[in-house]
Amino acid sequence: MRGRWLLAFLLLWPALVQSEEVVLGLSKAEVAITTRFDGSDIFIFGAVKRETAIPEGPPLEVVITVAGPSLPVMVRRKQNRFGIWVNTDALEVDAAPSFYAVASSGPLDDVLRDTDDLRHRIGIHRAIRSIGAPDEITDADAFTEAVIRIRENADLYQTLEGNVAVDQQTLFRTEISLPANLTEGDYATRIFLTRDGAVISHYETVIDVRKVGLERWLYALSREQPLIYGLMSLAIAIAAGWGASAAFRLLRDS
Amino acid sequence: MQIYLPIAEVSVNAFLLLGLGGMVGVLSGMFGVGGGFLMTPLLFFIGIPPAVAVATEANQIVASSFSGVLAHFRRKTVDLRMGTVLLIGGLIGAALGVLLFNYLKALGQVDLLVRLCYVVFLGVIGALMFVESLNAIRKTKSGKPIQRKKHNWIHGLPFKMRFRVSGLYISVIPPLLVGLVVGVLAAIMGVGGGFIMVPAMIYLLGMPTKVVVGTSLFQIIFVTGFTTLLHATTNYTVDIVLAVLLLIGGVVGAQIGTRIGVHMKAEQLRILLAIMVLAVCGKLALDLLLQPSELYSLGPAGGH
Repeated sequence: MRGRWLLAFLLLWPALVQSEEVVLGLSKAEVAITTRFDGSDIFIFGAVKRETAIPEGPPLEVVITVAGPSLPVMVRRKQNRFGIWVNTDALEVDAAPSFYAVASSGPLDDVLRDTDDLRHRIGIHRAIRSIGAPDEITDADAFTEAVIRIRENADLYQTLEGNVAVDQQTLFRTEISLPANLTEGDYATRIFLTRDGAVISHYETVIDVRKVGLERWLYALSREQPLIYGLMSLAIAIAAGWGASAAFRLLRDS
Repeated sequence: MQIYLPIAEVSVNAFLLLGLGGMVGVLSGMFGVGGGFLMTPLLFFIGIPPAVAVATEANQIVASSFSGVLAHFRRKTVDLRMGTVLLIGGLIGAALGVLLFNYLKALGQVDLLVRLCYVVFLGVIGALMFVESLNAIRKTKSGKPIQRKKHNWIHGLPFKMRFRVSGLYISVIPPLLVGLVVGVLAAIMGVGGGFIMVPAMIYLLGMPTKVVVGTSLFQIIFVTGFTTLLHATTNYTVDIVLAVLLLIGGVVGAQIGTRIGVHMKAEQLRILLAIMVLAVCGKLALDLLLQPSELYSLGPAGGH
């Protein structure tokens, strides 16, 4: 009896997993940071491909995340000592994305179960990894909360609940605005399809955020030829100082 | 017009930067201070990462000081000999300062030390200058000529040297020490150090105010140039785009400032500088005393 159930399950398994798949489009797969860059809107849209009819039951929901490169962050806390505010405790958060947006077709608690959230690290809290706080810090969570709070205020972390529009359980679209103070790197973009809070399919792609042109050249020069870059900075400074002095002298003499 | 800074990795308004550069440039030309003690906190305020702000500011000071010093050269108000002696002390001091800075960084709390340094030095110097200038103004009003002390313990030291432009015949030890102390403080506080050197030259060395400004600018060019190179090669934090925007405003401002300075009396110049120094000091002191709205701050990891 049990063997037959297992067989049926195994036969159905690929169908269960692959029955609904994501076909994705991005308004741009690359974000070019030029000198005039002041933020960018990315339009993410797609369709759900399925071989069979739309399954019965709870409707299809979509969760989309965009994450910038993860880096360790040093979080410091001030306390009042001898009348002045000084940094006392410090905690290194092991990995926190430089940018994180999570957009969903409804309230995140409704469209995603906790277990699936945990497995795929979808919510902002799950995207930050902090392990091993020193003994003297008993409230390590407060430091993680501070990272989220400070970056939310800077629009670097965004929770966009209800921002994904889903049509006929097939077409979906959302728009995510990247702020101006963006770091370079690969921005992992993930799309999750959920039914009844469980992830039934997911798809991953990358948005390439790169400096281009003059920005690229200056950045590369400053890292690869720092002495030349430094001397160039000084030369520009001296030339500008001399130029302004000469120009003002001409103005006064004429 | 928004512009993206390649090293700072933030987008800021170009006209805001030009304006800030211009404002600080005017002050630089008027008082012979680099303006770093004013500009660096302003850059923090508009969201430039502190490390980039400090390094780039050094580069901008080179430009505005160079522009200012040329004007002083033409009026022959630069004491090259005194400047060189101060510079020797300054470079030794800067090297010592960097060592001290790294040592304190290893202990933590370097931020606090920098802020306390600012509050203490700005407060003491500002208050001293304010009182002295007020007295000087009162004396000129009552008709009595200003008597500056011509002979004190400094004149008893050996290794005397003649500084013709300044009209001084004093030992090289005090200017070397002044340069050294300013160099150490400049390295720790990330500024040119003009706001400390100018009063030291007036009150300790007894140099005439008109010569002090040009000589201070002369010395600052070399110390900040050295700092720029150090930052560019070790921390990669000099943002050339930010520097260009600041210095375009800065050099123009410095030219205007130098001309304003010529038309003002030395006492008025000093009392204005004193008020400004006290204002910055007050702002920094309040930051330490009042509870900040955000108790937490983020920084790059690995800076233990």
